Amino acid sequence: MSGRDAILGKLRQTLGADTNDATRREAVERRLAKPPRGIVPERGQGSDAQKVKLFCQMAEAVSASVTRVRSPERVPRVVSDYLRAKNLPASVRMGTDRRLKAMPWDKLKALDVKSGPSDGFDEVGVSHAFAGIAETGTVALLSGKDNPSTVNFLPEHHIVVVDVKDIAGDLETVLTGLRRKFGKGRMPRTLNLVTGPSRSGDIEQKIILGAHGPRALHLIVVG
Amino acid sequence: MEVTSPTFKQNAVNALHDAQLQKALGNVRAGFIDKRRKAADALPEFDALRDAARDIKDHTLAHLDLYLEAYEKKVTESGGHVHWAETAEDARRVVLDICRMQNARTVTKGKSMITEEIALNDFLQLAGIKAVETDLGEYIIQLRNEHPSHIIAPAVHVNKDQVEADFRRAHDYLPADRDLTEPETLLDEARRVLRAQYFEAEIGITGANFLVAETGSSVIVTNEGNGDLTQLLPRVHIVVASIEKIVPTLNDVSQILRVLARSATGQDMSVYTTLSTGPRRKGDPDGPEQYHVILLDNGRTSMLGTEFQDMLRCIRCGACMNHCPVYHAVGGHAYGWVYPGPMGAVLTPSLIGVDQGGHLPNASTFCGRCESVCPMRIPLPKMMRHWREREFERGLNPATQRYGMKIWAAFAKRPRLYNFATSMAIPVLALFGGRRKRFSALPLAGGWTKHRDLPAPERRTFMQQWRERESRKQGASA
Repeated sequence: MSGRDAILGKLRQTLGADTNDATRREAVERRLAKPPRGIVPERGQGSDAQKVKLFCQMAEAVSASVTRVRSPERVPRVVSDYLRAKNLPASVRMGTDRRLKAMPWDKLKALDVKSGPSDGFDEVGVSHAFAGIAETGTVALLSGKDNPSTVNFLPEHHIVVVDVKDIAGDLETVLTGLRRKFGKGRMPRTLNLVTGPSRSGDIEQKIILGAHGPRALHLIVVG
Repeated sequence: MEVTSPTFKQNAVNALHDAQLQKALGNVRAGFIDKRRKAADALPEFDALRDAARDIKDHTLAHLDLYLEAYEKKVTESGGHVHWAETAEDARRVVLDICRMQNARTVTKGKSMITEEIALNDFLQLAGIKAVETDLGEYIIQLRNEHPSHIIAPAVHVNKDQVEADFRRAHDYLPADRDLTEPETLLDEARRVLRAQYFEAEIGITGANFLVAETGSSVIVTNEGNGDLTQLLPRVHIVVASIEKIVPTLNDVSQILRVLARSATGQDMSVYTTLSTGPRRKGDPDGPEQYHVILLDNGRTSMLGTEFQDMLRCIRCGACMNHCPVYHAVGGHAYGWVYPGPMGAVLTPSLIGVDQGGHLPNASTFCGRCESVCPMRIPLPKMMRHWREREFERGLNPATQRYGMKIWAAFAKRPRLYNFATSMAIPVLALFGGRRKRFSALPLAGGWTKHRDLPAPERRTFMQQWRERESRKQGASA
């Protein structure tokens, strides 16, 4: 007997699955077809302006830094200012996301924009978020042919661009957005929910930023 | 790994006399409790979410066969492979088969309690495959050839000067005069050393906090980012997870996430929550080419339908041990196997047998703090009591304890005899207690009086005092 049959057989026996299978199947199918929304914290349920404000507050509370700009055209300038302020080389790594590509990077002659996945030698990676989540100051990043996941983890500094219209009050709203984008029950290969820069408390419970992922997370909120 | 749970009492004595350990345990008492409290207080919906989280897992467990099938279907649809393993041995064999097919020489590992449970590292080492732990705490204890003493802070028993000594020994190719006095410099060194390993490894192995039936995704929740590099950079990603990690939908993940990090580290959300679904897609610039999930039973199906079923709701946050006075006193290693603290006291006898783990449910004051902070509302003290009953039924506790209980029971079941005996004994004991009203030595109570005095009883029994009090009250109200 295979492990599969043994495990499922034992479960069915214990759960009395033979007698009430139709009811049980229906309960499971119903839940998978229509996931219950559950309890969603009040904290993220304000107006759009309140959501953006809360998003920035929560992100800063977990040691991310935030810059707000009015339009996407301003993003390259903010990135280059960030590099200068942190004394970093004028070089960034990013995917070919069309929202990032549409920005005027070529106006910054001195800035070297490297395309594609990170090779582990990049100081700074730039990504565009699928969404922001106000309740926890989290950004949601999706993998795909234009969005390498390595950019989110290998560089020392991670800069993430978030559009205000994509800032939701809660995680459930973002999950609904994913179902709409990819179809029911389907997901991108990787969904990264990132809340602040990487950290560890493993030595004497002292929290230190910059464990294996980026040492700093900078959010550029557009709009 | 070697199981030392049967010698829990001696382990505990050793732990109490270990000055380094006692110093380190201060960090548990000081750190976790306040942080959890603050995070829970800041979310008005916290307790309602605990109820919701409990209900989600109860529903899932009642339909576990069906959700596992739905999950498997989704993983397969997204190009992943599902392997079913009844035992630890089965799971290890699947891992080894995949390693052999890839000609793997190095595997990196994200932090995972389930791979501790199946003792995967030792097994791979015997097979000639280097397994590298990448979580800082796990890396430290791997260098020390130890096991985790806490399920989310594996190296909580180690002090920083010990880590420095370990790093100097293990990284002897680095300059000897480098500064390693602070946690920051130690972390930096681990970061540099492990970076190379992620790129070298052919296979990355992680556990899972959740498996999602709706989408076939595995979810890891981490702070360091090592788990992500482990599952992102090698050619093959293997997820090892026990069957009760299943949740029905993404929304259910969201509900439980809200209580997980708050209960564990006092964060609203851990830094990285990552959902992985299948291998690299067409056109993807990075990600693993193969994605395998090993669904492990290893005793879970036997807990279902018993008085220990509620334990299968556990999400491994560590809150129960962070709040446990026994854990605070003896640390995690005294428990003698993979899972320490109250959750370990319930789970260990379930997974390795009450004859091996039967001491652990006795390591409790029944103060109830574990249950009061458990995000999944698992009735831990009640289940420890069930284990004590089973241990007694099977005659596993020492003869002195058993006869003592029997003698006590013989009196307790006969109230007149009990009252008579105590009313005779109490004044005598009170008399011997002398003016200090304390005993510093007493026959049969050496274990107690070795470390502290035993207070002498009052001159009358509780029952006598109660009767007098009641009659005084009646007299007053008449």
